[in-house]
Amino acid sequence: MSFYVVDTPTWPSTYGEEAKPRVGFFTDTSVCIGCKACEVACKEWNQVPSENLGFRGTSYDNSGELGADRWRHVAFIEQRLPVGVEEAAPDSWVQEAAKQSLLEEGLETHRDGDGLRWLMSSDVCKHCTQAGCLDACPTGSIFRTEFGTVVVQEDICNGCGYCVVACPFGVLDQREEDGRVWKCTLCYDRLKEDMEPACAQACPTDSIQFGDLAELRRRAERRVALLRERGREEARLYGSSDDDGVGGFGAFFLLLDEPETYRLPPDPVVPTRHAPKAWAAGLAAAGAMLAGIGAAFLGGRR
Amino acid sequence: MSRAETRLVPPEKPTTYYGRPIVKPPVWKPEIPFYFFFGGLAGASSVLAAAATFAGRRGLARRAWAGAFVGVTASPVLLIKDLGKPSRFLNMLRVVKVTSPMSLGAWLLAANGASTSYAAALNLLAPRRRGGAHEIAAAALGAPLATYTASLITNSAIPAWSEARWEMPFVFASSATASAAGAALLTVPDDEAEPARALAISAVVFEEAATAVMHKRLGPLADAYKQGAAGRFGHASRALSAAGAAALAAGRGRRDLSAAGGALLLAGAVCKRWSVFKAGFNSAEDPTQTVRIQRDRIARDGSGA
Repeated sequence: MSFYVVDTPTWPSTYGEEAKPRVGFFTDTSVCIGCKACEVACKEWNQVPSENLGFRGTSYDNSGELGADRWRHVAFIEQRLPVGVEEAAPDSWVQEAAKQSLLEEGLETHRDGDGLRWLMSSDVCKHCTQAGCLDACPTGSIFRTEFGTVVVQEDICNGCGYCVVACPFGVLDQREEDGRVWKCTLCYDRLKEDMEPACAQACPTDSIQFGDLAELRRRAERRVALLRERGREEARLYGSSDDDGVGGFGAFFLLLDEPETYRLPPDPVVPTRHAPKAWAAGLAAAGAMLAGIGAAFLGGRR
Repeated sequence: MSRAETRLVPPEKPTTYYGRPIVKPPVWKPEIPFYFFFGGLAGASSVLAAAATFAGRRGLARRAWAGAFVGVTASPVLLIKDLGKPSRFLNMLRVVKVTSPMSLGAWLLAANGASTSYAAALNLLAPRRRGGAHEIAAAALGAPLATYTASLITNSAIPAWSEARWEMPFVFASSATASAAGAALLTVPDDEAEPARALAISAVVFEEAATAVMHKRLGPLADAYKQGAAGRFGHASRALSAAGAAALAAGRGRRDLSAAGGALLLAGAVCKRWSVFKAGFNSAEDPTQTVRIQRDRIARDGSGA
């Protein structure tokens, strides 16, 4: 058993010459068709246990959210958009406008019919640059790999559960049967063999793209610019900036609505950023306790 | 200035994904709020015992050392029992990790457990002992033992905990002090009870004030402390602590009233930790809390930390 005092392990400095380029996911939700091949491929490759699914009545989503036994999760959002102009206009105008928009923008499968919009998005562990789970883990079980990803070492995890509440995205959870915490490894085993993660390989529309993080970010910038050029002003990148509250995501997204619509926090901040304040308050309160108890004996001394 | 006054966006109902939580509720079991209580009892009792030893109040010191010993003995048992893999509890001691309050807390508990047990043994076996380095060590490690659990839960993504980072340690410190004094008052003879009695009553007053400040500064997030089981435990804690303080105030020279007051304070401290614990679940399970504080932050500061 090695014994050491650590700050949070970092990529690439912890690895020196063994560091590999940082990899990640770019999940482009504008082309997600909600097929859930990613959920299935992840479960199969990583031998993630099955769950007892119920009917949730939340569109086509009966699996709910990420957890110990779900490392990819496809969200389905049904939105009825305000389409006032179409409601007010005579039929022929509507048909004319639809034809015009078809010619200009191509077929938009998610905006068919009477203003119903479907948003679909495959959620995953964000593999944060500053990971709350990694900072919180008291055993050193959670570590940063040579690829810059964040992985739980299952032979060390003692199931303390601190990472569960330290994650701003609610990614990690405890598996009841074995008491340990499980999450996406970004297919660490496959990365070591130069293979792409199972979910990205299974994705039939390339909504999930795997690769060098810097290259993925460039690709995402081009994609969002293209969508906006085509009039999709609502397209935005989520987690692609190093300036955010977790220092940038290893797995980031192109979204077509606000993050919270997809069950994503709009401004996630790693708890560790506030740790100095938490410790300062804790020490101040300890000092106050020493002073208060000491004061109770002043004057009464024999 | 309260959060409500600084709000820049209208308090409309935030968007959520079918009302499902964003952050995960804790997986911690009932051992954890009891550990918060026993850790607080242990830490504050160490300080009380050391102070009483130095002040030459031997009867009070002996009872406080016993309380500290009970606390440091119960604490690791509860912590280990709560682990998903109890057989791996020693993994907690394979690293000292400065970014993890739980790691530092585990070391603090280990260090305080050793120093308090030793000081308690010295004082219980040799009652005429005067205070020295061992008592100072136990007190110095005891005070942070009582407050680090507050820092630990506020160092999380759960809004009603993390936004209470400045006040929570003071709530824990005062509640722990009340429980330490309460435990000693269960059995201490009247001629030695006075410092513990005064301490207990002022700790209850301070706890009430710190809790009120915490709720006020939390603004709408304070709902998490007022709903469901958290609210019921909160009410119970206030009632028990207030009744305990009243019994102590009226109980000068009456052994039975003092003991009853001490017992009420202990029960109030247990309920306080349960209230805080349950509030974390309420807050995590309500995605509008998570979205609202982040939208407020974006409106106020732009973005980021």
